[in-house]
Amino acid sequence: MNGNAQKLDPIKSSETPYEKQLKLVPKKKKSKWSNYKYGILFASPWILGLLIFYAIPLFSSIYFSFTTYSILQPGEFVGLQNYKDLLSDSLFWKSVYNTVYFAVFFVPLSIIFGVALAMMLNMKVKGMAIYRTIFFLPTLVPHVALAVLWMWLLNPGFGLVNGVLNTFGIEGPAWLGSVTWSKPSLIIMSLWGIGQAVIIYLAGLGDIPEDYYDAAKVDGANWYQKMRHITLPLLTPVIFFNLVMGIIAAFQQFTLPYTLTQGQGTPANSLTFYVMYLYDNGFKFFKMGYASAMAWILFVIIMALTALVFITSKRWVHYQGK
Amino acid sequence: MDSTKKKKLGQYSAHIVLIVASFFFLIPFLWMVSTSLKPLTQIFTFPPEWIPEPVMWSNYIDSMTYIPFFTYLKNTIIITVLSTLGAVISCPLVAYSFAKLRWPGRNILFIITIGVMMIPGQVTMIPLFLLFEKLGMVGTHYPLIIPAFFGVPFYIFLLRQFFMGLPDSLREAARMDGAGEFRIYWQIMLPLAKPAVLAVGLFQFMASWTDFIGPLLYLTDSLQYTLSLGLQQFQSQRGSEWGLMMAVSTMMTLPIIVLFFFLQKTFIRGITFSGIK
Repeated sequence: MNGNAQKLDPIKSSETPYEKQLKLVPKKKKSKWSNYKYGILFASPWILGLLIFYAIPLFSSIYFSFTTYSILQPGEFVGLQNYKDLLSDSLFWKSVYNTVYFAVFFVPLSIIFGVALAMMLNMKVKGMAIYRTIFFLPTLVPHVALAVLWMWLLNPGFGLVNGVLNTFGIEGPAWLGSVTWSKPSLIIMSLWGIGQAVIIYLAGLGDIPEDYYDAAKVDGANWYQKMRHITLPLLTPVIFFNLVMGIIAAFQQFTLPYTLTQGQGTPANSLTFYVMYLYDNGFKFFKMGYASAMAWILFVIIMALTALVFITSKRWVHYQGK
Repeated sequence: MDSTKKKKLGQYSAHIVLIVASFFFLIPFLWMVSTSLKPLTQIFTFPPEWIPEPVMWSNYIDSMTYIPFFTYLKNTIIITVLSTLGAVISCPLVAYSFAKLRWPGRNILFIITIGVMMIPGQVTMIPLFLLFEKLGMVGTHYPLIIPAFFGVPFYIFLLRQFFMGLPDSLREAARMDGAGEFRIYWQIMLPLAKPAVLAVGLFQFMASWTDFIGPLLYLTDSLQYTLSLGLQQFQSQRGSEWGLMMAVSTMMTLPIIVLFFFLQKTFIRGITFSGIK
């Protein structure tokens, strides 16, 4: 979402020449309210929504994170105790590790595969609409169904994946049942659903003017040189957008690991993700103050990483016409 | 080699690469449908078989009686339709106000709206739950429906950008003709924004239909479950009924795929618009 913020057109005054002209002519002053009435009236659902569903929860969440609040008891103010407790909570660190592991592998892989797929789908061959549809279909599968489907595909005994590996004489691992392979399994099934990012890359590729390639052709550039010096640099704004979105989504991973493990994070907590542990604390153990502290740490991590990407982006993101 | 031959060769190799890659994306789907039609004995065979023998259409009927499928479907439809309705009523109204009307605090509020998109849902999750608890709405569908009627920041942002692109002259002309603000919005501006509103409706439909954490938090009685929550519960209780689970998975994915084929352009345009513009 950040990518948008930067490219937003400056908020223009909606004053039109007609209105400017009106200003020159002295006129009877109408009350301010009648001028603004409709604007505020039209925006009023959101003004209320912003307060009720965002502002008040946001601030009460900060407060809760300093208390032992639970739905069962009012709780008391404990200052930074929740945060201190988290630092010595080994399952908290385990969930951080699992989440970071997933993000570190999934986000770069999704960019590499996403860009590669988009380039393939940007070739000029017949029937491309069909290919594009096929790559997009997996993103339409609801996450719970996706998890159930992949549990079956990766079933160690009767699953298709190990069946195929078997025909090549490879004995497949236990996938979701194995501490080593559970997170890679999650990465594989997440990569299956990258169609949405691919669509955005495709739009980015479509925005690159054909002239650049024509000029490169005249200069005798080969395929690799064109990709290295035209396609990739001009795709960086889109890569930047998907990178930010990918990081945010990776840290909020919940539905897939929850469904895959019935909320248990098995085996040996190798699939206990950050938000899963947060959910357990808040709604299983009713430690809502503790869970709120976790939510704020998550917020800070996401903000910090997004800021980091933004700061470095000046070095590697090239906007056309600059 | 002359250039036409070279081009043809390039075409063939492109097709081969694309077909091989397509297989990886298509096979899980085919496997889902194939399993959903298999008898139990054929599900547990190794190496796996592709063609169901005999074709067990009864899996679909069984899965509908095994879990209260139609109750879940009804709940999912109620939540999805009402929250989509809420989003397409409130968001364009607010977005139009941000884009075209003038009032004090408008620009600051718009910047806050963009800022709000950055807040992870987990931060507001607990206070919101406590709010709905106080209102006595935990265990009902309301917490999954009501917020949409108050606007969704991402959709407001998208629609505002769209309204910004519409010329002011239309508004001026209508005002000269004596139309009030509501009529200008309803009869002139909103119809022009139809593609963007459709995209927003589609996004909300998808989000509601596939939502899991919302129903997990708020729905306590199994008769109120949605398909997502119902399938997850089914899986955690009867994890080895793969044929039935694949049947349910197929049935809950199908409506989205049908919708996709009807509204393909809106889908794609909506996604690219959110990423680029």
